[in-house]
Amino acid sequence: MAEVIFRTEDITKVYDTGEVKVYALAGVSLELYAGELAVLLGPSGSGKSTLLNILGGLDHVTDGRVWFRDLELTDLNDRGLTRFRRDHVGFVFQFYNLVPSLTARENVQLVTDVAPDPMPAAEALELVGLGHRLDHFPSEMSGGEQQRVAIARAIAKRPEVLLCDEPTGALDSKTGVQVLEVLKTINDQFGTTTAVITHNAAIQQMAHRVIQFQDGKINEVHVNETRIAPHEIVW
Amino acid sequence: MQALDKKLFRDFRRLWVQAVAIALVLSCGVALLLTSFGMYQALDDTRAAYYERNRFGDVWLDTRRAPETLLPELRAIDGVYAIEPRVVGAAILDIEGRSESAVGQILSWPEDDDPLLNVPLLRSGGYPAPTSTRDVMVNEPFAEANGFEIGSVFHANLNGQRRELRIVGTALSPEYIYTISPGGMMPDNEGFGIIWMPERAVAAAFDMEGAFNNLSVRITQDASEDEVIDALDRLAEPYGGLGAYGRAQQISDSFVTSEIAQLRGMAMVVPPIFFAIAAFLVSMVMGRIVALERSEIGLLKAIGYSDLEICLHYLLLAGFIAVVGIAIGWGAGTWLARGMAVQYAEFFDFPYLLFRVPGWVYAISGLAALVTTMLGAARAALAAARLAPAIAMQPPAPPRFKRSMIDVAMARLRLSQPTVMILRSFFRWPGRSAMTCLGLGFAVASVVAASFVNDALENIVDVAFYQSNRQDAMLLFTENVPETTIAEVRRLPGVLQAEPQQYLPAILRNGPLEKSLAVEARRPGTDLSRVIGADGEVSTAEPGGMLLSERLASQLDLGIGDMVEVEFLSGRRETHEMVVTGLVEQYFGLGAYADLDYLNQVFRQSPQMSVVNVTLDDNELEALHARLKDIPRLSGLIMMNDTRRSFQDTIRENVVVMNTVYIVIAVLITVGVAYNGARIQLSERARELASLRILGFSRGEVSYVLVGETMLLALVAQPIGWLLGAGIAQAMVGAFSSDIYSMPLILKPDIFSRASLVVLAAALASALIVRRRLDNLNLVSVMKTRE
Repeated sequence: MAEVIFRTEDITKVYDTGEVKVYALAGVSLELYAGELAVLLGPSGSGKSTLLNILGGLDHVTDGRVWFRDLELTDLNDRGLTRFRRDHVGFVFQFYNLVPSLTARENVQLVTDVAPDPMPAAEALELVGLGHRLDHFPSEMSGGEQQRVAIARAIAKRPEVLLCDEPTGALDSKTGVQVLEVLKTINDQFGTTTAVITHNAAIQQMAHRVIQFQDGKINEVHVNETRIAPHEIVW
Repeated sequence: MQALDKKLFRDFRRLWVQAVAIALVLSCGVALLLTSFGMYQALDDTRAAYYERNRFGDVWLDTRRAPETLLPELRAIDGVYAIEPRVVGAAILDIEGRSESAVGQILSWPEDDDPLLNVPLLRSGGYPAPTSTRDVMVNEPFAEANGFEIGSVFHANLNGQRRELRIVGTALSPEYIYTISPGGMMPDNEGFGIIWMPERAVAAAFDMEGAFNNLSVRITQDASEDEVIDALDRLAEPYGGLGAYGRAQQISDSFVTSEIAQLRGMAMVVPPIFFAIAAFLVSMVMGRIVALERSEIGLLKAIGYSDLEICLHYLLLAGFIAVVGIAIGWGAGTWLARGMAVQYAEFFDFPYLLFRVPGWVYAISGLAALVTTMLGAARAALAAARLAPAIAMQPPAPPRFKRSMIDVAMARLRLSQPTVMILRSFFRWPGRSAMTCLGLGFAVASVVAASFVNDALENIVDVAFYQSNRQDAMLLFTENVPETTIAEVRRLPGVLQAEPQQYLPAILRNGPLEKSLAVEARRPGTDLSRVIGADGEVSTAEPGGMLLSERLASQLDLGIGDMVEVEFLSGRRETHEMVVTGLVEQYFGLGAYADLDYLNQVFRQSPQMSVVNVTLDDNELEALHARLKDIPRLSGLIMMNDTRRSFQDTIRENVVVMNTVYIVIAVLITVGVAYNGARIQLSERARELASLRILGFSRGEVSYVLVGETMLLALVAQPIGWLLGAGIAQAMVGAFSSDIYSMPLILKPDIFSRASLVVLAAALASALIVRRRLDNLNLVSVMKTRE
């Protein structure tokens, strides 16, 4: 049995807008294992992103408890969460969120500057196949390239977990596949626990496990007996 | 360099036009603080050191002739620390190579070469020997202006005797930092000199053996100046005491004091305005940057940057602006301070020049600018720090517009959509609109305040030199002479018209309020030296009546019809009650005017005079000067044409400089506010404007929205600016007003329109520069980017 990296215990997240209470998460208990590539599927507003934000220490739960290994995240204050993110988590977002005024290399350096044991920025970019575009600004790159820079940035600190929120959401299928290849390579090569949010059902075939969300709850967890390579995926 | 620091530098480079626009406003504050505060400190310190080292007096007393036997009694007055009796006289000088006559103030020099008070600082040569009748020491500026060296000679008419004097030394005195001849209005180093002469020679020349006519007093620290003055007046009364006075009425010191006060006032009032505007601009720009970089902030936090690091990152960005502003401000301030020091060197005679801005003033001005900028950026930086990462990466909620009365009104008016957009944005952010208008208002006010001074000075010159004092020259006599002397004056070459006038030293009293000054007495119908009433008409003092300048009347709390007690300090020293019959608007000195014939009658004396006003034939000036040098009892000569010219030249020079400086300042403020405002608008509205273009609006129509809002704000700012400008002008009139000078509050409509023109033009130019960016707006990409 693989080591448990994340464990949540009946967490809820309520957004109180004053007039109505929105239950983004309505009691989620889940475990993510070391080296696992999990895909979180579900329609918009089903709670996937909220869960990912909570796991990544970007957001607080309303109720329930969350552990990263033995560290209880729900006990941490903002300072502790910042520390946690800095040391353990890599993020990839749908809209890349690159800093436009920094080159590819410098965007990665944003992370390597503050991480305890980073790999060189160039090496991270090499890993995502961008060794030849180190000194280009985001505006000089395609969407797929930008997303790969974002992945390089996320993995450069050698994170234990990689949390990806719709990493292919803004990409066409060809570049999307390239990005998925990179994610898989990282997962295989470094054993980085990877959680990928998507509402593209095709992507689930490359995961070890697929977790289905519906209305703030986990609907179904499904283990893939046979995974397929990203280049075999079409959408 | 860390990646975050690189971002900082690149952000700054991207923003440099906006940053420089703000930095320039900030630099105005730094430069003015540096100059005014630095100069204030330098002047104040220099003066304090000079006064202390050279034992400047606290109180002075002039008498007609007091015996030296009075000295022990004077020394014994409670609160008197030291006294220094002198003989003081005036002489017309004849300087070789100079056709016009000059005037000298003769001061006796003690035999032991060691005056107790007002010690002159020897600059070259030595002191005159006690027994010499021809050796003198003169003030350095007089020697320099006339090209004198040690050993140079000139002639003086000492109480009717023509004497050759030889310069053995030059000196500077704390009594003559601002050297101005009695009755003069501008320093004239060539035409007015201070002459120290051995006391035996002076006493012999002015018939003052065993006596003195001037006394300097230093008082103890706990003494009351008023009490000492009263005691001095009491003791001096039998000997023709002309009223003791303190430093406030010592001409040189009061000029220096008013300059120091002006600098101080400027340092306290003006720089904070610039700092406030800069802080507002920083806050506006930083707020926008943080809004734009919302997702980047979220990302940085997601990566693991702490709140503090994020906060510092944005504060540093503002810090860059401050650094640029401080650098420019220090440069400009150092340059301005140097220019000012040169001006001071021209007007003030200090022996040592401490006119270097002290290092800590640089530190203070820099710190003030930095703190202001940080305060401006604090809100945005804190907002960035507080932004929760999960929320930061979501696009912000669109700004909430609510329907209000204004919308109803706009609907009624059936305004076009672009106009509605302009108005709605104006009212949607009332705080920002108000601050923008206020900022632009200050720009308008800056021009108004500068132009007002111009008009005020022109008015002063007109009233003082063309309406009141129309004579070409004033001949001053050592003491009252019979009016019949005027016939002699009329016979002098070149004299076309001559009118008598008398100066009578007096103390005016109303209950506990009193003021000592010289009452000017004239004949009714006098043509050359006239009194102009507050209504602009020529005003004449009736027999038994007195005209007072408005300032004097308010100081004594007197109005028309009130009685004023006048203690005359010359002649029989009588006290008379006179009625205030009119008020006079006057900008030089504190005037009090009476009827000459009436006073002669009251004093039961034959007609007397102490001044003759003349008009001259320019062709005979040389012949006139040649004769004047030999007229006994003539103590001074004021060539009004020279005064007029030098006054107008000084004003013109200053006004040109001042107007240029203030217009530059107004333009800098306007560009700082309008350019940044327009840039922010463009950034906030890029999508909106691009949508309009996609919908088929022309470039011109879209530009209208952008330029329209800037110009709407600029227009609303105008009346605010006019009011602020008028307020500043009024404050300046109050601050400027002293016993020596005052300034009228003259606000002509054209200064307002000029100020508006400058600011509106600068605002339009700023908006148009930003508008050019609209042409480069890539419609598709703007619509595709997420915000």
